[in-house]
Amino acid sequence: MALIDTINPLLTTGWSKGDDGWSLKDYEARGGYKQLRRVLESKMTQDDLIAEVKKSVLRGRGGAGFPTGLKWSFMPKAAPEKYVVCNTDEGEPGTFKDRDLLRFDPHSTIEGMIIAGYAVGAKLGYNYIHGEIFEIYQRFEAALDQARAAGYLGNNILGSDFSFDLFAHHGWGAYICGEETGLLESIEGKKGQPRYKPPFPANFGLYGKPTTINNTETFAAIPFILGMGGEAYLNLGKPNNGGTKLFSISGHVNRPGNYEVPMGTPFAKLLEMAGGMRGGRKLKAVIPGGSSAPVLPADVIMDCTMDYDSIAKAGSMLGSGAVIVMDETVCMVKALERLAYFYFEESCGQCTPCREGSGWLYRVVHRIEHGEGRPEDLDLLNRVTDNMMGKTICALADAAAFPVRSFIKHFQSEFEYHINNKKCLVDPDVQRAGSGFFKAGAA
Amino acid sequence: MNTPNITVNPELSPEALKKIDREVAKYPADQKQSAVMAALVIAQDEKGWLSKETIAVVANYLGMAPMAAYEVASFYNMYDLHPVGKYKLTVCTNLPCALSGGVHAADYVKGKLGIDFNETTPDGKFTLKEGECMGACGDAPVMLVNNKRMCSFMLPEQIDKLLAECK
Repeated sequence: MALIDTINPLLTTGWSKGDDGWSLKDYEARGGYKQLRRVLESKMTQDDLIAEVKKSVLRGRGGAGFPTGLKWSFMPKAAPEKYVVCNTDEGEPGTFKDRDLLRFDPHSTIEGMIIAGYAVGAKLGYNYIHGEIFEIYQRFEAALDQARAAGYLGNNILGSDFSFDLFAHHGWGAYICGEETGLLESIEGKKGQPRYKPPFPANFGLYGKPTTINNTETFAAIPFILGMGGEAYLNLGKPNNGGTKLFSISGHVNRPGNYEVPMGTPFAKLLEMAGGMRGGRKLKAVIPGGSSAPVLPADVIMDCTMDYDSIAKAGSMLGSGAVIVMDETVCMVKALERLAYFYFEESCGQCTPCREGSGWLYRVVHRIEHGEGRPEDLDLLNRVTDNMMGKTICALADAAAFPVRSFIKHFQSEFEYHINNKKCLVDPDVQRAGSGFFKAGAA
Repeated sequence: MNTPNITVNPELSPEALKKIDREVAKYPADQKQSAVMAALVIAQDEKGWLSKETIAVVANYLGMAPMAAYEVASFYNMYDLHPVGKYKLTVCTNLPCALSGGVHAADYVKGKLGIDFNETTPDGKFTLKEGECMGACGDAPVMLVNNKRMCSFMLPEQIDKLLAECK
């Protein structure tokens, strides 16, 4: 859906016309490709460009929050062959911002990637697009054709001596490819199994060449940062948490969707923008940064502001900005069972602690949910997570463990009730009504 | 390789090969294998599913080992290594969708079609799959038709409409 509400729109300025505002002429009409033109015509140095991005304190919008300018500065200058890769493999449950970015304003990501190519000295780029969003992949390809025809892509862009081309690579259903090295393997035409780090992609990336890989929203922010200046962008947010951020709000709110707000906006304000709780019911818990982020109980999240530092202080992660809102109709055991199944299903199988551990987590939570839990199961779950976290090549094992540990930590009594009484604390009819799928009174 | 014993002409049409060539052109000349994901999708679109023979045809065309292409085909969720119905419906039941009725939507479709996940209706029209996050949680419940068409806000009325549309 198109934009519902925002404070300080940057990334979403082009969204107001919905599906009718994505084309090149619309983007140019709102100032698009002006920053690329300025960079090329003024022959801005790579160092100055990277310094401006550093000043903005733009932090990676895919989940890790790593400073973008710093990442770009790691690229070796002398290497003859380098790549820029965009991660639109948006499969983190709860996240759907990059889909809308490419749907309503694909050219901001394209312009950001071309500018990044200039900054790091790359001539070729790829945007890896999530398998399930074929229509968005088609739109991005159409936008690439427009950009190429207008001379923004290809040889000697806008008459400069800078050449850069960009292509879309379509995924086909694997959560693990959102992990950057799994994604690179996937572009190479292999199983998307993550690589050991180091070496990091800046030294050994796509086809073994230095590669800068950033999230879609990160690239899309670049033209806006150059337009307003790094410092002004930083000041939109709060120190160490520059700019605005897209939050994808799903679950039990009246108006699920994407909201762009300055970093540091209170959670309560964001909830209000999303229309408040569905049916006026009581907030129970929120996963603030995608399903891999630890869950926070209502009273904790209501005191948070939405930025990397505040959410980290509360014991969770801002992650990709996917805010999953759960009300009092949710059985926390059932909710966790669904997440545990996801990680079990999506573990790539490469590392034993993750491949076996994710299965253990799912089976034990499943048996608790189905009335077969044992008194020692909560200790068992925590012990399994101990044997997973930090013991694998990539962070999927940690991502599988965080929900389990945080659900048990904050809702232990609900798990114990389930084990002791062999049923949900929340009445099944209440749970059923909570989804809104069935009309009141219908079977 | 556990694929059913059904004879399908594994060769691809000139149109399909042309589409694959367009994908190959996206990558450096010595990196044809990068096009294998797209090539397998093109092959699946043409054949309905991927037999091991079709996978081998794709691999040969790209100059890679058939097993390397099979590894890809068996790793990513949306490749069908078995025949599926004319319409493959995939329902997301992940947590954000479930909060807004994803599981209920799947139950509803199961009831309407009389099949469970990973089953096909006797007339060969529908196959039902359980999907993981499709990255559209704000539009929950979400379903995919034949991997490429996303359907949003799938409440009972919309599901009825979709099933009626699938002739």
